[in-house]
Amino acid sequence: MPAEDAGPRVSLIVRSVAVALALGFVAVPTSGQSPRDGDWPMASKDYANTRYSDLAEITADNVSTLRVAWTFSTGVVRGQEAAPLVVGSTMYIVTPYPNRLFALDLAQGGALKWTYDPKPQSSSQGVACCDVVNRGAAYSDGTIYFNTLDAHTVAVDAATGQEKWRTQMGDINIGESMTMAPLVVKDRVLVGVSGGEFGVRGWAAGLDAKTGEVAWRAYSTGPDKEVLIGPDFKPFYEMDRGKDLGVKTWPPGTWQIGGGTVWGFMAYDPELDLVYYGTGNPGPWAPHQREGDNKWTTGVFARRPGDGSARWFYQTGPHDLFDWDGINESILVTLKLGGQDRKVMLRPERNGFLYVIDRATGEVLSATPYGFVNAAKGVDLKSGRLQPVAEKEPQVNKVVRDICPAAPGAKDWNPSAWSPRTQLLYIPHNNLCMDFEEQGGNYIAGTPFVGAKVKFVKGRGGFGGLFTAWDPVKQQKAWELPDEFPVWSGALATAGDVVFYGTLSGYFRAVDARSGKVLWQFKAGSGIIGQPITYRGPDGQQYVAVLSGVGGWAGGVVSGDLDVRDSTAGNGWGTAAHDLPQRTTKGGTLYVFALP
Amino acid sequence: MSSRFPRRAGFAALALLALVACEREQRELRTPPSGAATVPTIRVGGIVPGPAGALPDSIPTGPAAEDRTSPYEENAYAISEGKRLYSWMNCIGCHGEGGGAIGPALMDQTWIYGGSPANIYATIVEGRPNGMPSFGGRLTDDDVWKLVAYVRSMSAQPSKAARPGRNDDMQTKKSEQRELRKATNESSSPDGTRPQ
Repeated sequence: MPAEDAGPRVSLIVRSVAVALALGFVAVPTSGQSPRDGDWPMASKDYANTRYSDLAEITADNVSTLRVAWTFSTGVVRGQEAAPLVVGSTMYIVTPYPNRLFALDLAQGGALKWTYDPKPQSSSQGVACCDVVNRGAAYSDGTIYFNTLDAHTVAVDAATGQEKWRTQMGDINIGESMTMAPLVVKDRVLVGVSGGEFGVRGWAAGLDAKTGEVAWRAYSTGPDKEVLIGPDFKPFYEMDRGKDLGVKTWPPGTWQIGGGTVWGFMAYDPELDLVYYGTGNPGPWAPHQREGDNKWTTGVFARRPGDGSARWFYQTGPHDLFDWDGINESILVTLKLGGQDRKVMLRPERNGFLYVIDRATGEVLSATPYGFVNAAKGVDLKSGRLQPVAEKEPQVNKVVRDICPAAPGAKDWNPSAWSPRTQLLYIPHNNLCMDFEEQGGNYIAGTPFVGAKVKFVKGRGGFGGLFTAWDPVKQQKAWELPDEFPVWSGALATAGDVVFYGTLSGYFRAVDARSGKVLWQFKAGSGIIGQPITYRGPDGQQYVAVLSGVGGWAGGVVSGDLDVRDSTAGNGWGTAAHDLPQRTTKGGTLYVFALP
Repeated sequence: MSSRFPRRAGFAALALLALVACEREQRELRTPPSGAATVPTIRVGGIVPGPAGALPDSIPTGPAAEDRTSPYEENAYAISEGKRLYSWMNCIGCHGEGGGAIGPALMDQTWIYGGSPANIYATIVEGRPNGMPSFGGRLTDDDVWKLVAYVRSMSAQPSKAARPGRNDDMQTKKSEQRELRKATNESSSPDGTRPQ
């Protein structure tokens, strides 16, 4: 940011602190807090992925008066999964394909400052498995970084909107696309590839933040030297140890089209200097086509951000059976376990288990179901292995019914939030089961490589989703709110002890962080699958912002005009989301809320 | 007679080669009306500029004329072969069993790039700019036409006698009951439960 911004910013902080003191709020400082606590500089707000803001002007007592301050149309009516960013007095939004980047002037009520159009290839829409989404940008040192659907990483001057550099990272002709929000750590822009349903060989990469040159690329399958596994690689469990497991745990050659894509939210621990990210499902979904553990798909990597070298890996789903990607976010927290402080990561996994993992070593401390699971018995903490249930395992040309959770998991990509005040994890997630028929897939580059037919249905209780507050120490839920549809939005936690989330049918809700009571809701123009954020505006007031615009995998029935007479439409959603077109229509609007 | 003919043919072939060899300089002296030659009905637009009836006779209009471009429109065997190819070529990954996914639904009445056999043929062979890959050169002409026939069968365009059955494997109910469910879909209860 330009230096002249420093003055007003300081005075704003002073003012807001004064306001907070006057109102009697106790500020709870969190580690790694930047001075700009009113900003939202990356999708998850901070490196620990908490999505927690110290702002406490909006509280359980006054949130019922929250009202729309201003809106902005993105001009794109596809799934809006992005988190807006706020830096100083500017907000940045990246749209679904065609991935336009808008800068909005918060001092002028959200007026458009500039637009950057990366002009991605339109054909890239044909290799986007789950709507043409983008999960947001990242800000660092005067630059906005984001990925385009046609697999470019771009850097744009945050002040002017001029392109600084642009690097082609992948090739849509082999199904590679990019949808994730980058993470910027020191001088590295960390990104990953999407395309787990296209036989893409997954990778993560570190680019030089100044030049855009690729400093390292770490594949999720293949020989150790291409996975950047060296002498410092020390996985906790025996199952993840051995030479070239990325080759040996596959039928010959199949690792080259084996998936393990990287498209979720990364996390970074500055003290350990480790970056964490999950890897996606192995390809194809048809498991008999890829006997073996399919390393290093469906697990979590800890790497050095500087050179990408792997430090540990833990496979949440050895030989994944159900498209249970391991890409879900890791939330880095310190928990008091067995009388001592443990530096852990919390992982609400697709497979339905909430993992508490020692983030220095990769040891699983606990793994407890947070949703309904009948396709896995549990996690053996000795071997680290997920224990499958034999009668739910896919069989070729046979429909196996009532597998819970379904392929989108107990929770998909949509990120949770952590409040250090309540010590609860707020998880937006699914309540889905599925019928699964393994058929076997043909690999044709640039076309889907799935080899299975799936049909999702609403789970036990007849509803599709939940918003759950989870206590990771007690390993139980504090409260939960069911919803008609899967909850496909992100969560937001605030120091005002109010948490926010949105629903596929278009309601944006404020909930009491402690009791789970719905305090306020607003019906947006279209279903909400975006990541809500909060920030301090140039006027010192607290604002809450979220993108409305149904889509993504769950909402593709609406955004893609699918025909739900086909129960497998949208790769499984023809049944579970058949009634969504009767609840919401397409949209693409940012809503910004404030107290009167 | 019999010996002179090949010589003459040889000269003609040489002359032709001379013309063809200068590909860069090749000129079409009499250009046919667009769409009149090999691809007669790739007409995605619904508006034909100019006075009505001014089209040359050679450009087919109307569905009956379009259908003659498809060799397999009412051919049950070809349609079932098309259904097999639809899975094998991974069409199913993008279009599902007609309901659509990454690509648009094929069982509804909406055709972004035209629903005539020639339109669908062109879409498969040429690809389309918003993500449809170009399968030209990856399939024989014959197989493309079989796919065309199957794709059209999804929205019930060929007669029922020729259409293959819909896949029942993912269904938990018999097809008669599904027809009922389809009819009641429009008025499903507000709590989102689906009539079974």
